[in-house]
Amino acid sequence: MEGLNYLPMLGQTPSSHTAEAGRQGRWRRLEQRQAVIKGILLGATLISCGSVLAILGFLAYFAAPIFSQGHLAEILSWEWRPFQEKFGVLPMAAGSLCLAGAAMGVAYPLGLGLCGFAHGLGPRFLKGPIMGLIHFMTSIPTVIYGFVSVIFLVPVVRGTFPESTGYSWLTAALTLSLMILPTIVLLIQAQLQQVDARVRLAAAALGFSPAQTLLWVMRPLASRGLWAAAVLGFSRALGDTIIALMVAGNAPQIPHSLLDSIRTLTSHIALVVATDSTSQAYQSIFASGLILFGVTAAVNLTLRRLQSATVPSAGRHD
Amino acid sequence: MIKRITFLAQAFSWLALAATLGIILLFLGFLGVRGLDILSLALFFGNTPPWEAITGRLPVWHGIWPACVGTVALVLLSSLLAVPLGLASGIYLAHYASGSWKRWFSLAVELLAGIPSILMGLFGFALILFLKRTIVPQANTCLLLSAGCLALLVLPYLILMTQTALESLPDELKLAGLSLGFTPWQNIFHVLLPAAGRGILSGVILAVGRAAEDTAVILLTGVVANAGLPSGILGKYEALPFHIFYLAAEARSEAELAQGFGAALILLMLTAALFMGAYYLKSTFTKAWDHKDLLI
Repeated sequence: MEGLNYLPMLGQTPSSHTAEAGRQGRWRRLEQRQAVIKGILLGATLISCGSVLAILGFLAYFAAPIFSQGHLAEILSWEWRPFQEKFGVLPMAAGSLCLAGAAMGVAYPLGLGLCGFAHGLGPRFLKGPIMGLIHFMTSIPTVIYGFVSVIFLVPVVRGTFPESTGYSWLTAALTLSLMILPTIVLLIQAQLQQVDARVRLAAAALGFSPAQTLLWVMRPLASRGLWAAAVLGFSRALGDTIIALMVAGNAPQIPHSLLDSIRTLTSHIALVVATDSTSQAYQSIFASGLILFGVTAAVNLTLRRLQSATVPSAGRHD
Repeated sequence: MIKRITFLAQAFSWLALAATLGIILLFLGFLGVRGLDILSLALFFGNTPPWEAITGRLPVWHGIWPACVGTVALVLLSSLLAVPLGLASGIYLAHYASGSWKRWFSLAVELLAGIPSILMGLFGFALILFLKRTIVPQANTCLLLSAGCLALLVLPYLILMTQTALESLPDELKLAGLSLGFTPWQNIFHVLLPAAGRGILSGVILAVGRAAEDTAVILLTGVVANAGLPSGILGKYEALPFHIFYLAAEARSEAELAQGFGAALILLMLTAALFMGAYYLKSTFTKAWDHKDLLI
């Protein structure tokens, strides 16, 4: 093994001058190789981490004319009518919040219920199959949720509420909630698993049933994980494009009821890029991009604080 | 009172399970029934003879073959870009980085993981706008651009999985090689990487699955509905997820809709196989090192 030569040859006296020089040369080459490899790895890391800055930089570069040309007030207004030179993105920001909020409203209680079921409220032997189902759900492509929703759920909504086209806030929220459910469940589950290992025996010795352990011992201890799951689920819902684009209807307006059509920041970007338009419309999508970037970055920083206390990095599973 | 709350919670959890299970079964049943009907060679190749289509001598008009080839090309190309970068960064973060640099690098990786996929697409789109304005006026969205943006999308998963797999190895193993006189890199390359192999491989498979299913990135970076087989890395191409997306909005006939179901089923089988494989590898990896009874 080459590596054995790395150690200084203790206890050996150099037999001749040339042998000593050869050994020093080998040593130097090994050292150099170490340095080169470390340099390559560092370079790769710098590229990976620099890509975040590159993304932010490009968004900022293309959004910059908004500030230099004084379009900020126009972009931050409530009207999107590109043919009348009105390029406000606030309706889309509101749409993103409404949709993500509604999807969380459905998915979070479901996720809590499922995790509770797996950790003491339901029979123990069902825990494995439930987690298997959740892991399977992570593998379903977003576009397939959208596709099935267009074919199946949209007509159902249209049939139930004849005044709606079916492409609505409600439809998108229901579909989206399915997509973010595994994220929420896996995060809560990781936290409960950790707490469970610590307290199960103690609680059982005190006479708690598994259900009581979960509700009165584990739930308070896992509260950080519950918050983290809510925050991460919300940011996943905000970041989704395809479901919103396919089933939310995409009318740039502030929704007044669950049956109204709605447009999110993400689908706004996709729509404007697809329908080639003016430079000011382009500015508005880079502004939308900056808003999205800011919100998800803020979410991640929050999560970092929440997780640094108790949840291990294994909790962030996709 | 306590009994009542416990009972309510239990009832609610059963309800949540029933609802989820019901929806997923309905969903899969719907997809399965409509999709299995159409699953045949004609779904892939339309009226073209399969062999002529595979060798590319005749174009395929009414099949999903070009979309399948496009997706495979996209996934291979983006893996080619992302896997070396991701593994190298993961190794660096696990074994070389320290102190505040490590904190900053990890923060950057986490931020990258949190960026919505549409922004990766927008980044690619902006890159092309930028190139058009500056040095390459004829630049246009293409397969290579999509692969690059997808690589950015899956990069954080690769880095985190590699880093976690390497860091979760027991300390004895990390020190054994060094104490025998291995250089740090020899120790990593000959001892630690093989030992963490399954964990890292599961990360790679997960990344491939994510790249195969994503639609938002390619939507902005060069996928089109009718390109035929990809002509080269600088050409337009078709992809399965986009094909499904397109058919959901634009299907003009029952036959096209049925094709959408077929394509959806194929894509689902692909990603499900990949994700399940990754999950299996990861769980065997974790188990092996938890019990410490199996070294590799």
